[in-house]
Order: sequence, then structure tokens, then C-alpha cells
Amino acid sequence: MFGIFETLREKLRRTDVYKSIFRHAYQDTQRNRALQILDNVFLHLHPVRVSRHATNVGYTWGMGGITFLLFIVLTVTGVILMFYYRPAAEYAYDDMKYLMNDVAFGPLMRNMHRWAAHAMVITVMLHMFRVFLTGSYKPPRQFNWVIGVFLLTLTLFLSFTGYLLPWDQLAIWAVTVGTNMARATPLLGHEGPFGAELGMKVNNDVRFVLLGGTQVGPPTLLRFYVLHCIFLPLIGSVLMIVHFWRVRKDGGISGPESETKKN
Amino acid sequence: MPEQDPSFQKPVAGEVRKPRQDKPPENDPGIWRMSRKNFLSVAGWLAFFGFLATATVGALRLMVPRVLYETPSAFKAGKPQDYVVGEVNETYKDEYRVWIVREADGFYALSAICTHLGCTPRWLQTESKFKCPCHGSGYHKDGVNFEGPTPRPLERLKITLSDDGDIVVDRGVKFLYEKGEWSKPGAFLKFG
Repeated sequence: MFGIFETLREKLRRTDVYKSIFRHAYQDTQRNRALQILDNVFLHLHPVRVSRHATNVGYTWGMGGITFLLFIVLTVTGVILMFYYRPAAEYAYDDMKYLMNDVAFGPLMRNMHRWAAHAMVITVMLHMFRVFLTGSYKPPRQFNWVIGVFLLTLTLFLSFTGYLLPWDQLAIWAVTVGTNMARATPLLGHEGPFGAELGMKVNNDVRFVLLGGTQVGPPTLLRFYVLHCIFLPLIGSVLMIVHFWRVRKDGGISGPESETKKN
Repeated sequence: MPEQDPSFQKPVAGEVRKPRQDKPPENDPGIWRMSRKNFLSVAGWLAFFGFLATATVGALRLMVPRVLYETPSAFKAGKPQDYVVGEVNETYKDEYRVWIVREADGFYALSAICTHLGCTPRWLQTESKFKCPCHGSGYHKDGVNFEGPTPRPLERLKITLSDDGDIVVDRGVKFLYEKGEWSKPGAFLKFG
């Protein structure tokens, strides 16, 4: 019944355009199947084969993978939002309103971004609990656990910086309260232990650098925007690359003890 | 003397001689104590890390603002006669986050920044207390805390009289009760 597709496919394969792009086919051997993955710049990050226990959803609940999926959702929706948002005090709130009222699919993009952000914080914690409860932090996986902690901190910091961007009352006061805690940092904060001795004042301590001023204002918005969209995602990407690579190198995804590789 | 120099070769007619080479002795470490190859390697790495260190210090300094576009800390707050004795004046609360209180013997300026986590408290006239909406911190009229999570009283700001008789409040100069600073000059403006 679907023979027509086969004939069309054969006809396509014999055209000059097709033959100029795909010069020849590959024999369907085990070796060639493995090479299709290994030799591909995108696919080779994933193992060629996964053991049977890796497909047992109930063992990991896929929380790490779901977190990564949410990160991708956040990146895609985030880039789309960037076409309509300006990180300046005069424009930020109005641009958010514009996105919600006058942009086609604007509310969908903004809401997806916000929901994915909240969900990512939840799933990253569930992932952490799972890793702890399955003992997947024990040697040789200790280093990967540390990378994971850094990624958790990064996720929370991304949430914090993103929260300011709508520039509404909720945003400004939440960041005020959060950054006020920074002034109590030992040595680096002007109200923390030994801060005064090191010459820390309201206009040169770590809170000042974070805010770009003595209080939350336009420089803070710009700083948090750059942190949120460029700096933290770049660091997160590097850490994620190491994190995923170490999973494979340390013996593959977590599974029942009898089936996982012993080191 | 050329004849006594060990590298001197007695000239023989018709023979082509190689010129004398002025070589250093074998295994001589030289004044630099490293080979030319090592020296270039060391110099290269020094340059690389030197550049990296300089760039890092520069980048860190760049992140600390030098010029701020914030409102100046000091502002004029009208004439003393405009204030009622015993009243907490909220005229400058919205713009400058300052309450100006007149007592029988003078003025003091309270910072309307909650000493818990930085919200703006409210002055409740009927209950004669400041109450913060964020977490419920409560302060008496003089600024001393008595309830809620706040660890210390509200801060007082420098209050003075200008030459032309205006009250001047400087938000950049703070007086903390817990450090005994409320008795310092500038924390209280004697008047009347």
C-alpha cells in the first residue's frame, strides 16, 4: 500500500542533486552503526550503547535528564524573550507588559520560561536526592558530586538574577533583601566580621560590586541581565559538559548494584 | 701574545684555514644559568601568565563602578517651624526613605530602612509604633526595636541646620544606637 513512498525515495536517490550531497550509502554493519554515533559531533556525547538497566526509569526517574531538558527549554524561550526585552530601567517593565499583551505567543514564551525555571529548581533537587539515596556520590564519583553542587548553586543564582528582570515591586524588593545578606559576608561585606578592618564600606564591598551601586538600580538590572543570559549559562554549560562526561567515564548511569560496572 | 694563545694555529703556506672561533668553554652554564632554549621557554610562560594576571586584575577592577548616578545623600527638609512637636513627619519617606521626628527639645531623622532585611516599615500613628510589612519587625517612636525578627534599632541619620535656617538630612552619615552613637553630635538637632 505504501509502495509509492519506496518508488519516490528510489527516484529521489537517483537524482544528481541527491548524489552530489550523499555520494554513497553505507553498508548496514554493526561497526558502521557504532561509527554513525561515534563520528558525529553532536551524537558522540551520548554513549553508543546503554545497558539494559539504564532504561529502568524507576531507578533514576530521569531527574538529571529532565533538568537538562528544562535548561534547554529555558535557553530557547529565553532567547526568544530577548527579542522583545530591554534591560534598562525605563523599558524593562513596559517590555514585559508588551510581551504579555501585544506579542503573538508572548505570554506562552514568558510563562514557559517562568514555569521551566521553577521546575528546574525542583528537579535539580530531586536529582540530588536520588544521587544521594542511590549512593552515586561514592568513589569514583565524588568529583562529579562536587560538580553537581556547583551546578545547583548556579541554578539558584540563575533563578535569582532572572527574578529581577521584570523590574516590578516583587523583583526589586526580593533582590534588595537577597543582596542585603551579601553585606554581612565575612571579610568582603561592609557589615560582616572583619569587613570594617579591611576598609569595606557601603560603596566598595562585595554587595556594591554585585549591585553596581549602593542600592538596587539601573546598573543592577544590567549586571543581572548579563549574568543571567551570558555569564552563568556559559559557566553552566562548561560544568554540564564535565558532569555528563564524568557520568560515562565513571561507569555509566546509575543502576542496581549487580548490574553496574565495578571499578 | 699570539704565539702563546692555545688556539693559535701556526700559518702554513698554501693551506686554507678555518677562522678562529671564539667559543665559550664546554658545560659552561653562562651568566643566565640556563640554555637559550630554556630561557625562551621561561620567558614565554612568564609573558603568558603575566598577561593572564594583568587581565584578571583589570577585569575585576572593571566590575567595581567608579561613578554612580544615584541621588546625592544630603537633602534639605524645610524649616524647623514647619514641624509639629511630637509628630513623625512622613513628607520625605517616599523619595528619601527618611522620617523626621520633632520632640520638645529638638529633631532626629530616622532611616526608613528596616534593619532586618531592608524593606520600608510603616508608621502606625494610632499604635505609636513603626511596623515592617515584610516580616513584622516593630520599633518604638524613637527607633528602638521591641518585636519581630529585627536584631537592632532603626538607624538615625545626620541632621543639621543649614546657614539659611533649613533642616539638612544627610543619609550618607548613619548613627547606630547599639554602638552608642545616638549621643554623638549630628544624631540629634537641638531646637526649641
